[in-house]
Amino acid sequence: MPEVLKAPLVVEFPFTRSLGPVQSAFLTGLRERVVLGVKTVDGRILVPPVEYDPVTSDDLRDLVEVSPTGTVTTWAWNHEPRRGQPLDTPFAWVLVKLDGADTALLHALDAPGGPESVHTGMRVRVRWAEERSGAITDIACFEPYEGGKDGTRELTGHDGQFADMVTGIVAPARLDYVYSPGRAQSGYINALVERRTVGERCPSCRKVYVPPRGACPTCGVATSEQVEVGPRGTVTTYCIVNIKAKNLDIEVPYVYGHIALDGADLALHGRIGGIPYDQVRMGLRVEPVWTDGGRYPDHYRPTGEPDADYDTYKELV
Amino acid sequence: MPAPRPLRDIAVVAFAQTDHLRTTDELSEVEMLMPVLHQVLASTGLKTSDIGFTCSGSTDYLAGRAFSFTMALDGVGAWPPISESHVEMDGAWALYEAWTKLLTGEADTALVYGFGKSSPGSVRDVLTRQLDPYYVAPLWPDSIALAALQAQALIDAGDTDEPALTAVAARSRASAADNSHAQLRGSVPRGDYAVRPLRTGDCPPIGDGAAAVILAAGERARELCERPAWIRGIDHRIEAHGLGVRDLTDSPSTRLAAERAGAFERPVDTAELHAPFTAQEVVLRKALRLDESVDVNPSGGALAANTVMAAGLIRIGEAAARIQRGDSNRALAHATSGPCLQQNLVAVLEGDPR
Repeated sequence: MPEVLKAPLVVEFPFTRSLGPVQSAFLTGLRERVVLGVKTVDGRILVPPVEYDPVTSDDLRDLVEVSPTGTVTTWAWNHEPRRGQPLDTPFAWVLVKLDGADTALLHALDAPGGPESVHTGMRVRVRWAEERSGAITDIACFEPYEGGKDGTRELTGHDGQFADMVTGIVAPARLDYVYSPGRAQSGYINALVERRTVGERCPSCRKVYVPPRGACPTCGVATSEQVEVGPRGTVTTYCIVNIKAKNLDIEVPYVYGHIALDGADLALHGRIGGIPYDQVRMGLRVEPVWTDGGRYPDHYRPTGEPDADYDTYKELV
Repeated sequence: MPAPRPLRDIAVVAFAQTDHLRTTDELSEVEMLMPVLHQVLASTGLKTSDIGFTCSGSTDYLAGRAFSFTMALDGVGAWPPISESHVEMDGAWALYEAWTKLLTGEADTALVYGFGKSSPGSVRDVLTRQLDPYYVAPLWPDSIALAALQAQALIDAGDTDEPALTAVAARSRASAADNSHAQLRGSVPRGDYAVRPLRTGDCPPIGDGAAAVILAAGERARELCERPAWIRGIDHRIEAHGLGVRDLTDSPSTRLAAERAGAFERPVDTAELHAPFTAQEVVLRKALRLDESVDVNPSGGALAANTVMAAGLIRIGEAAARIQRGDSNRALAHATSGPCLQQNLVAVLEGDPR
C-alpha cells in the first residue's frame, strides 16, 4: 500500500453569540462581581439562571441576587488540566450550590491542598478574575472558604439592571486534528507530486472518478483500480468571478471552470487562464500549468486544439 | 398505563459492525463504512434500490471533516436519488427516525447506519463543543471530567464505590472476550486516575468504526430474516441541559423512555446499555430496574468499544442479533447522548415465540 498521508488540521472559530435578557443580566453581573439567579415558577432560584423554566418552559425574568459563597455538591480531581480550562495547575471540577440558590453551577476549584482537601459539602467562594468582560470566565475559579455566609460583602438585593449591559459573548473555539484523507485520496495527492492526475475506476459501471474518494457514488462499491487521466481536458462549464477573495492573489475578473480531463468521467474544477476572461467557452481544450513548488496545477490554459464537440462531454456537464 | 403498541410491526432484520480500532489512517470514512453496508445488504439479499428509506448518524466534529455524511453516502450508492436523511446524533436516533418513517407506511424497509472516526482529533475536547455555549463550553470541561462529577455524586450518595466501578469494567471486558469486534477485551488494568474518581479503566476506549442495521415491516421482515427482532416499543427523552439542575445519580429520562417503550410490562432477559463510563451503568440499572437475572451487556458494551455516533446503534444491533440467534426472547437496548446521560433512548425487542 502506498504511503497514507497525514497533516495537522486546526479548526478555529470565534463564535459570536447574542444573549437573552436573563443571560445578559447574569453575565453583566459577573462583570460587576454580582451573582444573579432567576426564580422559577415554583419559587426555586436557578444559578446559573436560564431564560426558560426547565420544568414548565415558562419565560423566567425574576432575577435574584445570591451569595458568592456556597457549598460543593460534587467534585472531580483534574490532575492534568487541558487547554482552555480555568486553571493550568491541578484543580477540582466542582458543582457549587451558592448560598441562596437551589441549583449548582459548574466551575473549577483551586485547592492547593490537593484532592485530599476536597469533599462534597465543603464551603467555597468565588475568586473573581482580575479583568472581567461579562463572561462565565469572569469567575476565575472557586477557592476554599472557612468564613460565614458571606464574609466578602453584603448582598445588595440587585435586580439585574446595570449600566452598559453585556448583549453578547465571543467564545473562541479551537480543535486540533491530525487528518488523514484515507487510501484513495492519498493516492491522488501522491501522484500530484509527480505532476500526474490519477483517478479510480468503478469495477461495476467502469466510470473513472477524479479526484477519487474510494467509492463509486452511483454503485456504492469500492473503487481501487488507479487510472491516469489528462493531462489535457475540456471545459464543461465555467463562471466569471468578479469578487476578489480574501487572501487570494488573483486579479478579478477571472474564470473558474469545470474541466473534464481526458479519460475522466467526472469534471474537476480549476482556474482558467492564459486567455481573456470573456473568450472562455464550453468545449475549450485546456492543459494544466504548474508552478515551481506548486502541489497542484496553478491553473489551466488553452491548448490551441479545436474545441471539443458538445456530444463528447455532454454527460459531464 | 401500558404503552401503546406500535401501529406497525417493525423489526431489525440485519446488523453488522466493523472492528473498532484506535486508528484507521488508511481509510476515509466512506472506505471504513462501506463494508458494513455491504454486509447488511448481503445478509438480507437486498440491493440499495430495494431500500425504502436510508438514515444515518454522524458528526463532522469528530474527524474535523466538513460534510462527511454526504461523502459517506457515496458508500450507499445514492443514484438515482434515494429517500435519505441524517441526524447529527448517534445512529440509534437515526434508527428512531427510520422507525417512524416505516410506521407511516411510506416505506417497508430502511437502512440505518452510524459511523465515527475519533482518531484524528481529541474526542475529550471535541465533546465539550456540544455543551451550553454560554455558561459551560467556555470552561472546556471534557467528557471524562463531567462523567467523574457524576461518579462522585453516586459515591457520595452511597450508590457505588470505586471497587464496584472497577468490577463493572472487569465484567464488561470479560464479556467482550467473545466479541471479536471489541477494542478492549479480557483483562484490562484499572489504571491510574484519569479524572478522580474515574480511572482510565472506568473510561471507554477511543476508537473508529461503523455499524449498520436494516429494518423491515410486517411480512417483509419475515421474508428477510428467520427470526426478526421486533421493536415492541422505542422512545427517547431528554433532561434539562443545566448539569446543576439535574440529579446526576438518577436518570428520569431513561425511566420515562423505558415506560413509554413498554420495558416494565414484562421482564427482559438481556439489556444492552450504552454506558460509556462505569458509573453510568449504576445509574441505568437503577432507572431501568434491572436485577441480577438480566444479562447486562453480553457484548461488553461501550466499555469494550465506544465508537462515538455508532455505539448506541450497536446496542440495538447487539440486542437484535441475540434475538436472531435465539439467545434472547425479549431484550432492552439503550442509547445515550450528551454529558452525564443527558438524553436517552430505550427500545424493547422481541423474537417470535419458538
